[in-house]
Amino acid sequence: MTTKTAAKRDVPVLNPDLRARVADFLADYAHTIDDDRLEEWPGYFTADALYHITTRESDAAGLPIGIMHCRGRGMLEDRIKALRTANIFEPHSYCHILGATRLVDQGASVLSARTNFTVTRTMQDGGTELFAIGKFLDEIVVDGKALAIRSRRVVLESRRIDVLLVIPL
Amino acid sequence: MTLATPTETASENTRAENVRTDKVKVLPFDWPEEGVTRIPFQIFSDPAVYKLEQERIFRGPVWHFLCLELDLKEPGDYRTSFIGDTPIIAVKDRDGEINAMVNRCAHKGALVCHKERGNAKALSCVYHSWTYDLSGQLMGLAFRDGLRGKGGMPDDFSVKDHRLQPVRSAVFAGMVFGTFSDETPDVESFFGTEMCKILRRNFSRPLKLLGYHSQIIHNNWKLYAENVRDSYHATLLHTFYTTFKINRLDMDGGIRITDAAQPWHHLSFAKRATLDAAEEYKAAEVHSASYETRLNGPELLEAWNEFDDGITHSIQALFPTLAIQFTLNSLAVRWFTPRGVDKTELFWMYIGYEDDDEAEERMRIMQSNLTGAAGLVSLEDGCINEFVQRGTKGSGQSASAFMEMGGKTVESSEASRATEVAIRGFWKGYREIMGFA
Repeated sequence: MTTKTAAKRDVPVLNPDLRARVADFLADYAHTIDDDRLEEWPGYFTADALYHITTRESDAAGLPIGIMHCRGRGMLEDRIKALRTANIFEPHSYCHILGATRLVDQGASVLSARTNFTVTRTMQDGGTELFAIGKFLDEIVVDGKALAIRSRRVVLESRRIDVLLVIPL
Repeated sequence: MTLATPTETASENTRAENVRTDKVKVLPFDWPEEGVTRIPFQIFSDPAVYKLEQERIFRGPVWHFLCLELDLKEPGDYRTSFIGDTPIIAVKDRDGEINAMVNRCAHKGALVCHKERGNAKALSCVYHSWTYDLSGQLMGLAFRDGLRGKGGMPDDFSVKDHRLQPVRSAVFAGMVFGTFSDETPDVESFFGTEMCKILRRNFSRPLKLLGYHSQIIHNNWKLYAENVRDSYHATLLHTFYTTFKINRLDMDGGIRITDAAQPWHHLSFAKRATLDAAEEYKAAEVHSASYETRLNGPELLEAWNEFDDGITHSIQALFPTLAIQFTLNSLAVRWFTPRGVDKTELFWMYIGYEDDDEAEERMRIMQSNLTGAAGLVSLEDGCINEFVQRGTKGSGQSASAFMEMGGKTVESSEASRATEVAIRGFWKGYREIMGFA
């Protein structure tokens, strides 16, 4: 950032160790899904966490229903159990590409984080296609060495889902 | 209901030997003699059929869902949608009337409204500033008299002669419908007494929009029309329904076919309190009954009895492309728009009531997890119709679906939902309106 421009922005210095830990944490989350270790996915959240997938339009309109809405780790576990044993779909895999995370220390051991993402989906015909683009809006709780997501709102750019959404983002 | 006689053959590929001699050449293949119990697979992929559907169904004597009345609260509020391939505007005018028209400028044919929702004092085409009032009548245009006395429209030009093509519209039970045909009977006659009764039950109070999204499914629109009428598959494919006793065929329930002359519409319902577990689910080793029943987040299924008729699950399918779901307390309007012969956009709009208390709204929000693109009991439908689309490719002239579950006829089935009667009802209506019967 240059000091010559009038519109300079103050960006507080965040503990670089903390920043690095959050980056690893968010990368681990994405890789857990990409590597089909979905049973580990709920473990990234606090017991009472919110996980909400919605669209940019619905988010802007303040509508409470999006595409998926889970409250509590139990519901996240149910989603994975349903995916593994109940739901029927063409098997596919994701690859998350994460953008840089804008991290803000909210105090009281809570960080807010905004991370853009791209997720590709590879189907049985061997083709890889763009599946989802959007942003993660997270509240991350820091408890000593442990990090956990208290709230993750996944805001998709598109309001159209191609085929279906069963693997979490 | 009368149908216009087609003036042209639907396809250059029409094979004379396969065409009924008593009909104009419209169906480029044979429909098996068994009628509504056999659906020729080619009907899902033939471009000539798709083209004819645009004319006979989407521009034909049928009411099409455009939007909810709650989309158009204030004068000038508009909502764009489609009837088949045709872009449509529904708008509320200053008198509070809802008008529908084709979203196509009378000048060069450009879209007039680009946004899905908005508010406008007038409808103005950005191309050459042709501007229409909220009834679609042209009010003025840029440079009508030219510039510095040169150019401009001829003397015989009159704004009165130009307007956006009107679409007949009607509002019923909070829903806005449109039709291109003057022959379409009024909405209540079109849907019939039985269907209107349940629409009034579900939409009798002021509605509140809770959310919406859409889903692209890679199949012909009629496969979803079948799917939403398929009470046979619902509890087999959608395991979550069965396991959590939201909907099973061993609950009291049935299929009510509309009492109109055409059995196009239907209601499938179940009463959760009446479950009497049938051995057939176990005996058939039904995939859907194998999932263990405990939820770690049981709040997902918290529900209350909203109506005194005992019905806790219902799907109402209204010909051709509208369905109303009431799954526990999750009320949603689903409608689907063809986007080509093998692609369909399925819209989900989740509704509550203005007078819902906080707990009721919370339950509707949680239950919204059941349906939609990521719905625990509906996501399979995103791919299952595509599996049929892909599976029927290259099926040739003679292959067709076999649809005799629950008999060969089309009539209400109050006793059982192990039937394909509602699908046969759809095809009966379809064949008649398309001139294939």
